[in-house]
Amino acid sequence: MSVLSLRGIGKTFGAVAALTDIDLDVDAGQVVAVVGDNGAGKSTLVKILSGVHPPDGGTITFEGREVEIPTPAAAHKLGIATVFQDLALCENLNVIQNLFLGQEIRPLRLNDVAMETRSWELLRQLSAKIPSVRVPVAALSGGQRQTVAIARSLLGDPKIIILDEPTAALGVAQTAEVLNLVERLRENGLGVIMISHNMADVKAVADTVAVLRLGRNNGVFDVDSVSTEDIVAAITGATDNVVSRRARRGQS
Amino acid sequence: MATDRQDERLQSREGLRGALTDVLDRARGGDLGVIPVVVGLIVIWSVFQILNPIFLSSANLVNLTLESAAVGVIALGIVCVLLVGQIDLSVGSVSGLSGAVLAVLFVGQGLPVWLAIAASVLMGAVIGWIYGQLFNRFGVPSFVITLAGLLAFLGLQLYVLGTKGSINLPFDSGLVNFAQLDFVPAWLSYTFAVIAAVWLFASGYLHAQARRKAGLSARSVSALAVRSVALLVVLAFVVWYLGQTRGVGWMFVFFVALVLIMHYLLSRTKWGRAVYAVGGNVEAARRAGINVRAVYTSVFVLCSTFAAVGGILAAARLAAANQSSGAGDVNLNAIAAAVIGGTSLFGGRGTAFGALLGIIVIQSISSGLTLLNLDSSIRFVVTGAVLLLAVIVDSVSRRSRTSHGRA
Repeated sequence: MSVLSLRGIGKTFGAVAALTDIDLDVDAGQVVAVVGDNGAGKSTLVKILSGVHPPDGGTITFEGREVEIPTPAAAHKLGIATVFQDLALCENLNVIQNLFLGQEIRPLRLNDVAMETRSWELLRQLSAKIPSVRVPVAALSGGQRQTVAIARSLLGDPKIIILDEPTAALGVAQTAEVLNLVERLRENGLGVIMISHNMADVKAVADTVAVLRLGRNNGVFDVDSVSTEDIVAAITGATDNVVSRRARRGQS
Repeated sequence: MATDRQDERLQSREGLRGALTDVLDRARGGDLGVIPVVVGLIVIWSVFQILNPIFLSSANLVNLTLESAAVGVIALGIVCVLLVGQIDLSVGSVSGLSGAVLAVLFVGQGLPVWLAIAASVLMGAVIGWIYGQLFNRFGVPSFVITLAGLLAFLGLQLYVLGTKGSINLPFDSGLVNFAQLDFVPAWLSYTFAVIAAVWLFASGYLHAQARRKAGLSARSVSALAVRSVALLVVLAFVVWYLGQTRGVGWMFVFFVALVLIMHYLLSRTKWGRAVYAVGGNVEAARRAGINVRAVYTSVFVLCSTFAAVGGILAAARLAAANQSSGAGDVNLNAIAAAVIGGTSLFGGRGTAFGALLGIIVIQSISSGLTLLNLDSSIRFVVTGAVLLLAVIVDSVSRRSRTSHGRA
């Protein structure tokens, strides 16, 4: 049974139907890639799941119960953690301070020792390559920052973790680092929703691919049995485009 | 091996030499800490001592500590607002108004002095609360809100003082006594110094103990001991030297106590973390579930409250409240002290101790120029130049920090 199921989710902004009748299932230990063109509704979907926007219609089922997610705090409480594209880290604070921001241990006399110990636990769990947790986040590379952001989302022991374009701004090595991290999340039994533009990343780590097109479901594929061209075709809604033409040329 | 020292890329830096290397490394990366202030202070003191041998005399330094308390307390508030990346330009007017309210209630209305003080402080808090509401609700830049406040509260101060324009506080009141004549007895001063050193060692030792128990690296006992002994030597020397004449004033002790309290709040509480986070990245703070509006309000309230307290101290020191209380360079001195003490104008960086160091620099300049019989016109120019220098150091070190990846 799925940890998280969406059925018939819809959202309109004024006259624009951003999402119509969206279905999505995520199991524990499964990586679901959500792909789609610009304006396909990926971000809106993330915002609904993270409690930023409430949906206009449809049902969200979490661990067998029908739930509502009216606020970010509610999402957090349910066990849905979101890592936004811009990471939202404070560059002037160090790794520990960022990890525990807003949920410090012992508010009136901060327990630095406990927080540092827990930070190392989290980072080890992700096999993160961060040499010291006492350096300001500004001193870290893009991949390391992504690691910190993901580690922070793990603090509340979530069941589902949503990664919004985790590799968008990263170099080759750093992308590999983050994809390893996603792999690790799956091994730890979390359900992962990964929003991505990058077909190579999707093929590398995802189990299933859900394609959105103009705010509607446009197919759910098993990654092992689908070609990149088919995914691109589903994203663009056309079987005739540069990618598919080249594929055909290659075959003939 | 300690949990936090396992990465093979970490160079091991143990003991005193390691600590020194760390400091040098940080300075090279633009994380200057207190170095510019200490260097600046040495330069300033040397120059003035050469120009006028009275400058470093015990009597003058005692005076300097007393003079620095009032504006120092105001600077402490400025540090808080700067930490969240805002500014309060009205602290001078608020301090002047606070002194005027105190004088009117205490002398004019004959209220008990504690009630007058409480009323003034409360008024400061209310002003800060209003700033916070205006800032949060209408999103007006704090620069403009407080600039309006500067003029409005100056007007209110003149109105409160009435046509006479000046109210003297009775010399035999406890308040004036506190600011002018109350000095800590020598034995108690030394006791304070010992307590501070022991406290530093004990807290450091317990912390190191807890870290070792948790499997983390910790400072060695010898490093902690050296640090405490150094503090003890410095404090004892200060107490001894000031004790050659009048000693350490209670008002200065009060100021230092406020600095210590603020240091604790900023560095060891959830609220303090929130302040730094808001100054570093508001959006990140909001997403982390921090009540950003409450943080802004609390900081504005603190700043105006400290301004009011500073105004009371200034009135007590002068034994009068008049139309020029809090006018002139009070505003800029307080802001300059905070910035010179290492608080960044860009938010998210700075410490409570910065206010203490900064005000001593500012007050040294002011005292030195006064001793040279120089006019306030020149004092203004010099203070302005020093403020500019401090801001340039802030900007340049910020750029260097960015390029060295230290935020």
